[in-house]
Amino acid sequence: MMTRAIPLPLHYRINIVGLLALCVILFWTMVALFASQLAPHGVGEIVDLDYFGPMSRQFPVGTDYLGRDMLSRILFGARYTVGISLASVTIACVTGVTLGMAAAVTGGWFDTALSRFLDALNSIPSKLFGLVVVAGVGSSIPVLILTMAVIYTPGSYRFARALAVNVNTMDFITVARARGEGVPYIIGSEILPNIIGPVFADVGLRFVFIVLLLSGLSFLGLGVQPPDADWGALVRENISGLPFGAPAVMFPSIAIASLTISVNLLIDNLPKKTRDRSA
Amino acid sequence: MGNLVEIRDLKVGATTDAGRRVDIIKGVSFDIAPGEIVALIGESGSGKTTIALTLMGYARMGCAIQGGSVRVGGRDMTQLSEKERAAVRGTEVAYVPQSAAAAFNPAMRIIDQVVEVSRIHGLMPDAQARARAVELFRALSLPNPDTIGDRYPHQVSGGQLQRLSAAMALIGDPKLVIFDEPTTALDVTTQIEVLRAFKAVMKERRIAGVYVSHDLAVVAQIADRIVVLRGGEVQEIGATADILSAPAHPYTRELLAAFRPSVDAQAAPAPAAVAQPVLELRDVVAGYGALKSDGAPTITIVKAVSLSLEAGRNLGVIGESGCGKSTLARAIAGILPPSSGDILFEGKSLPRAAKDRTREQLRQIQIVFQSADTALNPAKSIAEILGRPLAFYHGLKGREAQARIDRLLDMVRLPRALQERRPPELSGGQKQRVNLARALAADPRIILCDEITSALDTVVAAAIIDLLKELQRELGLCYVFISHDLPTVQAICDEIAVMYAGEKIEQMPRSRVGARDHHAYTKLLFASVPKLDPQWLDSLERNPELVAALARR
Repeated sequence: MMTRAIPLPLHYRINIVGLLALCVILFWTMVALFASQLAPHGVGEIVDLDYFGPMSRQFPVGTDYLGRDMLSRILFGARYTVGISLASVTIACVTGVTLGMAAAVTGGWFDTALSRFLDALNSIPSKLFGLVVVAGVGSSIPVLILTMAVIYTPGSYRFARALAVNVNTMDFITVARARGEGVPYIIGSEILPNIIGPVFADVGLRFVFIVLLLSGLSFLGLGVQPPDADWGALVRENISGLPFGAPAVMFPSIAIASLTISVNLLIDNLPKKTRDRSA
Repeated sequence: MGNLVEIRDLKVGATTDAGRRVDIIKGVSFDIAPGEIVALIGESGSGKTTIALTLMGYARMGCAIQGGSVRVGGRDMTQLSEKERAAVRGTEVAYVPQSAAAAFNPAMRIIDQVVEVSRIHGLMPDAQARARAVELFRALSLPNPDTIGDRYPHQVSGGQLQRLSAAMALIGDPKLVIFDEPTTALDVTTQIEVLRAFKAVMKERRIAGVYVSHDLAVVAQIADRIVVLRGGEVQEIGATADILSAPAHPYTRELLAAFRPSVDAQAAPAPAAVAQPVLELRDVVAGYGALKSDGAPTITIVKAVSLSLEAGRNLGVIGESGCGKSTLARAIAGILPPSSGDILFEGKSLPRAAKDRTREQLRQIQIVFQSADTALNPAKSIAEILGRPLAFYHGLKGREAQARIDRLLDMVRLPRALQERRPPELSGGQKQRVNLARALAADPRIILCDEITSALDTVVAAAIIDLLKELQRELGLCYVFISHDLPTVQAICDEIAVMYAGEKIEQMPRSRVGARDHHAYTKLLFASVPKLDPQWLDSLERNPELVAALARR
């Protein structure tokens, strides 16, 4: 696929697909930040006597199963879906990738101990783990973020370690070691640039998993607490509207799709640094 | 009798991702008579393998035959359908690849892979094919011809595997065999056996051959005629003896000149009587695996090697693959800490492991690896690669570092504009120069050169050797030059140490190379280096028992 490259300031350029994806992500981020100013109604306010109302001038994306304004609920839901998921995926991947590279470079008992520990963590079913934690310490946003970060760290660790082990055998790593470089330089400067592509693809995938896990937890009543709801929960609670073709079930789905697809498209089309290769 | 092969105005091209058309072969014409061996010679990228592959009607992924004709036995390979070509491959034209190790399936017995050709084409019953294979093994002077086929590829040596892949090519009784650098990856002592076997079989069966190589001396032994290629064009075609004795084309002369790098006439100044060695090794033992109770590693690679290197002089370490010469370099650099023995730098003992040495100690000894492809981080620009040792050892940043990077690039004769590029965007020779510049950035006393010219074309390698000499004059460096190639080592080193099976068996000044009183292995090694004389291989006399005992085939 040939796409036109668009120059950006500071010697970066991005193609049109990446730019569109970036715009969608920025749009949802803005929505998440300014939901309370944008929303026409309160999140738990029952404003329609009918349920599963159609799209109308008053309710642009219809009403839900209790007659609440869907637009407002989606706008408020952006906060949870974008915020919690992004925060968890960032923590999970930064921790996982850093530890993975460090384990590959250090080797020995550090690698063995860390790998076995994270394998053990990985063997706990994710929903069950979420249930236990939330049941134990109660549901709050920091707890949700941390729980999901912990659940997705081992996968990210395994992935990064497998990639880093391959890079670690290259001669330029040996050169760096012989030069006397420490582990932080080797993982940050020598290994990371060589695995960053697959790692970002993995981040995109993991982001989608987290969005889905969050909606799963919300459905069980352990995630975001009513009357607030994230997008996954909006889909679940309005699923009975599907036979009626209710917009209440369509629009949260579209919102999830637009966000997850954009995240993946942006990752596949990240801005590239323009270099002078004229020589 | 007509020619077996007639290539007329062959053109091969490719289209890049950006839609730009690239011509790889630009109108090449030559003939091969039945039973004749023609060598295609040229540096990498000259199109020699591409031409050889068109003889089977094949063009590599992304390339296409765009014009001309390739007639083999009267049929134009470019016009045949894929099915007709498949019928010709293996029966009329066969191929012996460069890396036999990569060409064999490691999970199948060798004999099953060798007779596969006859099975695919339905040439003969299986039992007959097996008998024929054994006959070929014998003709190729393989040991235990009756049973060697029952082994798996990893159970035979590299030289044997290369001959087995020739058997695979010959079983279909082809009229033409394409040899694609079949001995490039082999040691010199092994190479001789393989070349002899090839030559005998081809002569006896009157098979025509195309021998692709970059090594003039090897080609001189086996080819009747030589086609010199450069940039996809024929530079010169002639009988082997003519090309070697009276090259007409300037490029051929350049190739011949590069074949034997010039040896410096004036020897390095004799060391002062009290000269303290810059580097001294005392009984260094290194290897892999856990230490045994007696303190030796499970697998000992370097066995009690002692060396010394005086200021301003160069030490060559020569030996065949597996003799421990690269491990020795790693032990000196502290990458693989020796299990016992001392390494002294300017009279002071160095800690064995690199992580225990001070930054200053590390700076003084730099190592340059063979493969610049893997020794340079493909994700970083040349400026970043060179900038790191400057920042790390000398604390240079910003404009100062930039000025030093410019000077380093000048030193290794690279244009300054190259520094924004990344390693994959450079040629092999350019990468090796960057590799060297990174070592120079540390401002070291000693550079350990581990086979740094082995992966390069002869002309490029000769230029690197010249560069090393020049840098030595300017900067007063010492090199420990590790190589399997005697002429290269002779070109640059004052002292030459021969290693065999982990031990240093002999050390001599350059002037004494070829003296009568060498160790038996040294003699064998030196005698095995191919010479440009076409009679060399036939006249070479070797004691087969000694060869078998020493060459560890």
